[in-house]
Amino acid sequence: MRVNGFAHPAAADPRRLLSDHLRHDLGLTGTHVGCEHGVCGCCTVLLDGAPVRSCLMLAVQAEGHDITTIEGLAADGAPLHPVQQAFHECHGLQCGFCTPGFVMSVVGLLAQHPNPTAEQVDEGISGNLCRCTGYAPIRRAVVRAAELSKK
Amino acid sequence: MKPPRFEYHAPATTDEACALLASLEDAKVLAGGQSLVPLLNFRLARPAHLVDINRIGGLNRIYERDGGVAVQALARQSAVEDSDLIARACPLLTAAVRLVAHRVIRNRGTVCGSLAHADPASELPAVLLALGGHVVARSVRGERVIDAGGLFQGVMETALAPDELLVEAWFPASPAPFAIVEESRRHGDFALAGVVRAADRLALFGVAPTPVLADSRDPVRGLQPSGDLEATPQFRLHLVRVLTEKAFAA
Repeated sequence: MRVNGFAHPAAADPRRLLSDHLRHDLGLTGTHVGCEHGVCGCCTVLLDGAPVRSCLMLAVQAEGHDITTIEGLAADGAPLHPVQQAFHECHGLQCGFCTPGFVMSVVGLLAQHPNPTAEQVDEGISGNLCRCTGYAPIRRAVVRAAELSKK
Repeated sequence: MKPPRFEYHAPATTDEACALLASLEDAKVLAGGQSLVPLLNFRLARPAHLVDINRIGGLNRIYERDGGVAVQALARQSAVEDSDLIARACPLLTAAVRLVAHRVIRNRGTVCGSLAHADPASELPAVLLALGGHVVARSVRGERVIDAGGLFQGVMETALAPDELLVEAWFPASPAPFAIVEESRRHGDFALAGVVRAADRLALFGVAPTPVLADSRDPVRGLQPSGDLEATPQFRLHLVRVLTEKAFAA
């Protein structure tokens, strides 16, 4: 599979979850693991450009596919990805645990709806849980990310 | 938690998948995995073999057939949600699939997987039942059609034999008026109760071991829904009455 543009060997054990493969075998610990049953959204990554739960996929299933993790959005030292920049500007995070999942979901949301309505914003982030912010700054960050993505 | 040990199989064709299902003891089909993988992670399911059908080519089509739409086993719920064909021919299915979990889940989850999983609170089995659709099951013994009325047997139990693969679901064109209305604690959660209307037909979900057809003039007759932390049986009956009224007010 390709992860953030680089080819990686397959997972040895079929029961290895993609989330664990990314974190433990490839050292990409930006993908967080919360609930491990698809509810919290922390482990969201892009599979061929579309956001999916990495805890609900076996690593072997990603063979032959392109995975993008939070580390793949912007290189070290390069400007932040527009969605990251928007979360930074709008303070769309506090503890930051849920943030990688939110950012990847919002990247997918904006690919689907470049100018999301308020309803589409709410729908787009409804699959991610944040226990700190109360969601208001995250909603603002999505709107800001849509603006920044057009520049 | 993590999945228990299993032997992994990734057939390249439907025939290979059927041959595996015929020869293996205690095998489960892995399609979108959005219900099965949580069950594995919780160790609620411990199949000896997983037959991953995701490598099978040409099994993700959505096409018109016999006055309705056919959705093959690997068509993702998000593809069904975005399908112009389904929006035109069966807008009830478009409306229903939008209520299934969240977009990120729908990017992997499949319509056929939801039908084979047969969660009693799931929207899609009730839609198939309300419309009078069917599924096509294939095995080394051949292919057979199972009508919606005979498919759902109990909580997460279907008429599919262990060696059968659900290769396609067929939904008749949705008649007008149609509606799907549900009540859940949070957006994307399983419904506490829900109703599907297809013209004069009414199907209920979340209130019995399987989706059930009901009479819109007396939708709760004979119903004995279970109670849990989220809703008492009485509250579920109340929801069925209110939601049916809403669906038929349209």
